[in-house]
Amino acid sequence: MNPTWYLILAAVLFIIGAVGVLVRRNAIVVFMCVELMLNAANLTLVTFSRINGTLDGQIMAFFVMVVAAAEVVVGLAILMSIFRTRRSASVDDANLLKY
Amino acid sequence: MLAAQPLAVEYTAASGALSTAWLLIALPALGAVVLLLLGRRADKWGHLLGCATVGISFVLGLWYFFTLRGLGNRSVSLDLYTLIISGNFKVNAGLLYDPLSAVFVLLITGVGFLIHVYSVGYMKDDPGRRRFFAYLNLFVAAMLLLVLGNSFLGLYFGWEGVGLASYLLIAFWYYKPEAATAAKKAFIMNRVGDVGLALAIFILFATLGSVSYQDVFSGVGRMSTTTVTAVTLLLLLGACGKSGQFPLQAWLPDAMEGPTPVSALIHAATMVTAGVYLIARANPLYNASHTGQLVVCSIGAITLLIGCIIGCAKDDIKRILAYSTVSQIGYMFLAVGLGGGAYAAGILHLLTHGFFKAGLFLGAGSVMHGMKDQVNIRRFGGLAKYMPITAATFGIGYLAIIGIPPLSGFFSKDPIIEHAFDRPGWTGWLFGGIALVGAGLTAFYMTRLMVLTFFGKPRWTEDIKHPHESPPSMTVAMIVLAVGSVAAGGLLAFHNALANWLNPVFGGATEQTPAEVAHKIPALAVTALVLVFVLAGVALAVVIFREGTAPQEQPARSVLVRAARANLYADAFNEAVFMRPGQWLARALVYVDNRGIDGLVNGLAAAVGGGSARLRRLQTGFVRSYALTMLGGAFLVVAALLVVRLG
Amino acid sequence: MSATALTTLAAGGGEMGTGEAITFWILGPISVIGALGMVLARNAIHSALFLVTTMFSLGVFYVLQGGPFIGMAQIIVYTGAIMILFLFVLMLVGRDSADSIVETLRGQRVAGIVLGLGFAGLLGTGLWKAVHGAQKTGLDAANQKGNVQAIAAKLFTQYVFAFEVTSALLITAAMGAMVLAHVERAKGEKRSQRERSQERFAPGNYPAPKPGPGVLATSHSVATPALLPDGEVAEGSVPAIVEAAAIEAHPDSLTTKQ
Repeated sequence: MNPTWYLILAAVLFIIGAVGVLVRRNAIVVFMCVELMLNAANLTLVTFSRINGTLDGQIMAFFVMVVAAAEVVVGLAILMSIFRTRRSASVDDANLLKY
Repeated sequence: MLAAQPLAVEYTAASGALSTAWLLIALPALGAVVLLLLGRRADKWGHLLGCATVGISFVLGLWYFFTLRGLGNRSVSLDLYTLIISGNFKVNAGLLYDPLSAVFVLLITGVGFLIHVYSVGYMKDDPGRRRFFAYLNLFVAAMLLLVLGNSFLGLYFGWEGVGLASYLLIAFWYYKPEAATAAKKAFIMNRVGDVGLALAIFILFATLGSVSYQDVFSGVGRMSTTTVTAVTLLLLLGACGKSGQFPLQAWLPDAMEGPTPVSALIHAATMVTAGVYLIARANPLYNASHTGQLVVCSIGAITLLIGCIIGCAKDDIKRILAYSTVSQIGYMFLAVGLGGGAYAAGILHLLTHGFFKAGLFLGAGSVMHGMKDQVNIRRFGGLAKYMPITAATFGIGYLAIIGIPPLSGFFSKDPIIEHAFDRPGWTGWLFGGIALVGAGLTAFYMTRLMVLTFFGKPRWTEDIKHPHESPPSMTVAMIVLAVGSVAAGGLLAFHNALANWLNPVFGGATEQTPAEVAHKIPALAVTALVLVFVLAGVALAVVIFREGTAPQEQPARSVLVRAARANLYADAFNEAVFMRPGQWLARALVYVDNRGIDGLVNGLAAAVGGGSARLRRLQTGFVRSYALTMLGGAFLVVAALLVVRLG
Repeated sequence: MSATALTTLAAGGGEMGTGEAITFWILGPISVIGALGMVLARNAIHSALFLVTTMFSLGVFYVLQGGPFIGMAQIIVYTGAIMILFLFVLMLVGRDSADSIVETLRGQRVAGIVLGLGFAGLLGTGLWKAVHGAQKTGLDAANQKGNVQAIAAKLFTQYVFAFEVTSALLITAAMGAMVLAHVERAKGEKRSQRERSQERFAPGNYPAPKPGPGVLATSHSVATPALLPDGEVAEGSVPAIVEAAAIEAHPDSLTTKQ
């Protein structure tokens, strides 16, 4: 068995997350999809860390986690304030900044 | 008559009284500036100032004239200041006062002064009298600059200046559409000629590196025959434009829309003779080009015939005189084209013509003044009884112009016809014959004018009750000019006075006085022939018009009459050949500009605008669309990466 | 748990052992199903729960690949903290029409799926060709003295600056969230106790507390409205958001039970 399968799995998860971002309109679910993509990236980092035999990949994954946490906090706060004014969590409803 | 060897022309610097010759130009120029700048404040005394400046100029001109007579070589030049310095190109604004300039100065200021005085009365009731005098002064200044400049550039300045003054004065009653149109016509047709003059000056500068008379006339020998011919033809084009010669004659009769003193001063006595002056001044060039001289003669002969023929058919008193002017200037062109002794004859005719034609115009103005500005000679008649002074002065001018001895026209026209016959070869017979026929025709149409206006029964329109003589301010000028018409010719021709006086200008050419030349036909025979033609013309006219004429224009029975009434189709020709194609061209250009150029620019703008209007639709505001684009971009980047690294 | 025990649990060799392979082939499909479920579920709460499954599986994978610390962090931070945050926000926001299945952007779904599949193909090919034949070192050597110790050694020496910067990031994020979530009212807008009291007892208003839901009476759900003595639903006994959700779930639940 080969650790490459982890990478394949990560690619699949990443794509599912990406497609989710494209097709879902609920901002919270979109956020979740973004989290899934970050997790898939983390999986590749951890797997590469194993393949290369250094721990730098794991540390990188650790940092990604921190950044993801910060992103979620701020993102959800933005989402809350949008919801408060527009009574909607749909990403399609917030489309005033256009042509 | 071979081209005279060009002499090394050298003008001595002016000194003493003549160093103030610039005052001649400065005074009228100052008058014009003052009258134009002061505006209405000068209304009360503006005409007096206008007369005064020209009068003083005339007195100065007389003084300079006698000073010049005492000098040895009778030519002085006066450097005023450096006008242009551009590399090697240096133009000094300078004056040349020589016999030719001197007689022109006297003519311009003398006749000019008389007409200024006449205008005081003539324009008495016109609210724009001050403006009129300002323009007249401007004209006199420009005309003096034209004849006093010591280089072709100075001449060109004056040339354009008189063109401007002519434009302003023709359109003096600018609210009359005919006047405005006539002014534009004059200006545009003059432009055609001016292009020729400018090109001639360019060629002279390109060939000789200088445009001053001194350098040009000394350098004629260094120029190739072709260049000289080109220069002479281009100068002739300029002269034709200014002097109303064929093929640019059509503007001059229309210019009669201006006030009558303008017609007398500018379009009869002075400005229109600038072309003759130009050719006479450039005589060293013309002497070196037989082709040039032949063309000048031909233009003169054609024009004098055209003027006579149309003059016979016109009913407008001023237009008859205008075509008469065209015709008489044709005589002058013929003379200066003949060269040699005929130069002096041409200038003599120019001077006498200045007197009698100005007198005739002033007489015409006086008639119009008494007849409520009517101009149709079919509605005149029997005026001699009511306007004795006008009739007498006009009659003297009439006798002078048709060349009855001993009036001035005889002394000036007769030598021209003699010289024309003296030209070697068949062209001599041709030009002489044309000049002879022209003299007969002149006698015919001038008699017609005279008889229909002053004699016979009145054919006045109903509103004319009592035609009256003009005020003294007008008649004085007419009388003086009539005296000039009588005496000038004989005095100037006496012992070849004028020819000898002009000797320094025309070089050795005039030394062969007419009497010494072996004539093809004896001079007396020519004179007799001319008199026969003239008397025949007079008699014919008297017979036809003794009983007056129909008050309306009758249908033309012959092709010639129809053509003459239509100005020999010159206007129609210009309209068909130049105006219509010009309009088409302008319309085509407008179309190209609107559709092509503008279309290109606007189309480009519209394409960019439309493109961006479509493109900005991509900016939907939907985050998910942007995300899709990002994914597409990432896809492309990864695909490219894979193709490069692993493909 | 001692360091040795952790190391034993985490395999982390160059090649997968049999146990690891079995775990992978069980949890791998589960994580994919979780991910698909998250995207496909209509209910956002279901999505969140599916995502928890996936993240949990990933945490196990981290542990299996010689990263017990990062695996635990995954479970605690993601499945614990972040997902709870999501659920909180979901509770605040409630469900709305954004959960509708109908796609409004033309071609968005098709294009997204096609692009996604293509991208997946590209990524898979690239990874496979790049890594498949390569030497797999394994983390045995790196984890010699224990995974946590090794990470700590690297984190506080080589990566100490980045680590400190992360703290700044987190503080900033916390501040940002507070700023965004904070609603400031001008002083004039604040109603005094007196005004609120007057409003409460104004005619037309019901001054007593609103009735509680009928939780203890008939069901365990706050979505159950209280019933009035005559059997009618007590208005105001269920919060508006919950009520809307309940109506959507059971359209007949609020009909008057006679």
